[in-house]
Amino acid sequence: MTPQSNASAKPGLKAWLLSDTPQSRGQARAAAWYQGWLRLTSNKLTSLGLIVLTLLVLAALFAPMLATDNPFAQDLGARLKPPGWEGHYFGTDSLGRDIYSRLLYGARISIYIVLLVALVAPLLGLIIGTTAGYFGGWVDTVLMRVTDIFLAFPRLILALAFVAALGAGIENAVLAISLTAWPPYARIARAETLTIRNSDFIHAIRLQGAGPVRIITRHIWPLCISSLVIRVTLDMAGIILTAAGLGFLGLGAQPPSPEWGAMISEGRKYILDYWWVATIPGLAIFAISLAFNLIGDGLRDVLDPKESGK
Amino acid sequence: MTHQTTNTGGGRAAPSFPPNWLKKTVSLAFTVAITLLGLLFVTFMIGRVMPIDPVLAVIGERASQAQYDQVYLELGLDKPLIVQFGIYVGDVLQGDFGTSIRTGKPVAEDIARVFPATLELATLGTLLGVVLGVPLGVLAAVYRGSWIDQISRLIGLVGYSMPIFWLGMMGLLIFYGILGWVAGPGRLGVFYEGLVPTRTGLLLVDAIIAGDWDVFKDALSHIILPACLLGYFSLAYISRMTRSFMLEQLNSEYVITARVKGLSEWHVVWRHAFRNIAIQLITVIALAYANLLEGSVLTEIIFAWPGIGSYITTSLLSNDMASVLGGTVVIGSIFVCLNILSDLLYRFFDPRAKS
Repeated sequence: MTPQSNASAKPGLKAWLLSDTPQSRGQARAAAWYQGWLRLTSNKLTSLGLIVLTLLVLAALFAPMLATDNPFAQDLGARLKPPGWEGHYFGTDSLGRDIYSRLLYGARISIYIVLLVALVAPLLGLIIGTTAGYFGGWVDTVLMRVTDIFLAFPRLILALAFVAALGAGIENAVLAISLTAWPPYARIARAETLTIRNSDFIHAIRLQGAGPVRIITRHIWPLCISSLVIRVTLDMAGIILTAAGLGFLGLGAQPPSPEWGAMISEGRKYILDYWWVATIPGLAIFAISLAFNLIGDGLRDVLDPKESGK
Repeated sequence: MTHQTTNTGGGRAAPSFPPNWLKKTVSLAFTVAITLLGLLFVTFMIGRVMPIDPVLAVIGERASQAQYDQVYLELGLDKPLIVQFGIYVGDVLQGDFGTSIRTGKPVAEDIARVFPATLELATLGTLLGVVLGVPLGVLAAVYRGSWIDQISRLIGLVGYSMPIFWLGMMGLLIFYGILGWVAGPGRLGVFYEGLVPTRTGLLLVDAIIAGDWDVFKDALSHIILPACLLGYFSLAYISRMTRSFMLEQLNSEYVITARVKGLSEWHVVWRHAFRNIAIQLITVIALAYANLLEGSVLTEIIFAWPGIGSYITTSLLSNDMASVLGGTVVIGSIFVCLNILSDLLYRFFDPRAKS
């Protein structure tokens, strides 16, 4: 796509991206992305969020290399040692496991949960919302009534009840969080669908003989994606906190899994004497959700200037 | 916002026989009924997909086949699902949520016993959130971009990113473990238990009625930390909403007119702009209150607070499904009712919403 060679890429690429007269559609699109990226990173707090998130992803990817110990290896002789004790950066927990190594492997679980929920819940909302918006009439009434009912439920309590029914575990926690998280996405997708369902291009496609499934999945879905993405980013912190809450209650990942919420729950018994066992995983959760919130705010400022004007 | 939007149907202009208010009331009642029925249906289905055999849960593992069949029939499990659902709705309407396996008492009785503790905590938390959050939000809007605005933004950001159970543990560690300023987990010290007669179930109120100030002081020192914790989260939400409402008002033309007239800043902010956001604020506060009832689940675990959140989670861990679903229905109904109440208040007080 780019005519420049990699060696001279730095100044050339920049000029190419910032060019006022793009030569091709690809260049125009790349330029739009690049300018969005510049605006996003011009906000210091958002950049901080991006850095923290990148570190987390790197930590999760390279956990086996970065870890100093096996996260599951118990050493009862070295129980509840403070941070810095004999090469344990963050100390050890009640079974003598290295907290630093467990944190690294826990990052994998967090990313796994967030990615799964961020895929499942918007997809569910997208299907329900676009179906309701496209067909209208009684389909719309029924689906939106169902959405309202789920919105009326307190989310954590509903997730608790689902996990209770399905059994504890990461996959079930993901399912429970997704089942409670989809209604807002359905509303957004429906609103988007209503604004485009009577436009000329939809009529044209229908005249060409496209069925409702094709129209919805190929022509309406792509237009709903961008508003869903902003909303999902803003919701990521909430997903992490709910997952940690379920883990803390013993309903998410099961021991000996190094899930952060479960680690806090383990450390709870020792909180008054051995503060680090519960404090350090909590700081990790806080850092990650803060990063997601900062990125979400920045993203909204870039993509939705109306809101940011407030 | 999780606003309940009530569909009033395409309101016709001509005065017809069923007057407009009657139609609105009927449609609202219909909405409430459908939502609550849906809530019951969801909990009912959750109860059905559960992998635990409800019969075995009642009679235990070693019962004979004859006993099993008898209980199976008694629980109505031989009937079609829709009939079972009808029976379930009928029972709930009569306040019968079944019997808790864990405590051996009717679930409704259990919930009535534990609920006041949650109510007391959530009310105090919301109160703190309103008293501090509304002024903070107003000031942040008036002095936009100043240090007070930055503080309010920071409070919001931290509030939305902090795991509530972890913050609670840190609070316990610092204020109870290290500084010793407040009492530890629980609702009351052992020495004070059973000293004041239970009238309202709200310990602080009961102590005042009995005039027992020692009990009051002890109860206060137990509740203050969890209440501040919940208050912080509602403060984060309320101040953020107040700020955005106020900014909208301060940018409108009537505020400029008021300033041009030469009114004092205090007068413009509090007598003109603030009065216009009061109704929106009621809605936000109702929602914050509903959220706290839910947020209290994790907080109650940390502080060993004997409320409905502790009740649901302890029941959950001992597979006592009737209690879990009963608690879910109660909190869900309150949630729905608060939503609708805030919607009603909004329509009632705001003339613009009537058109």
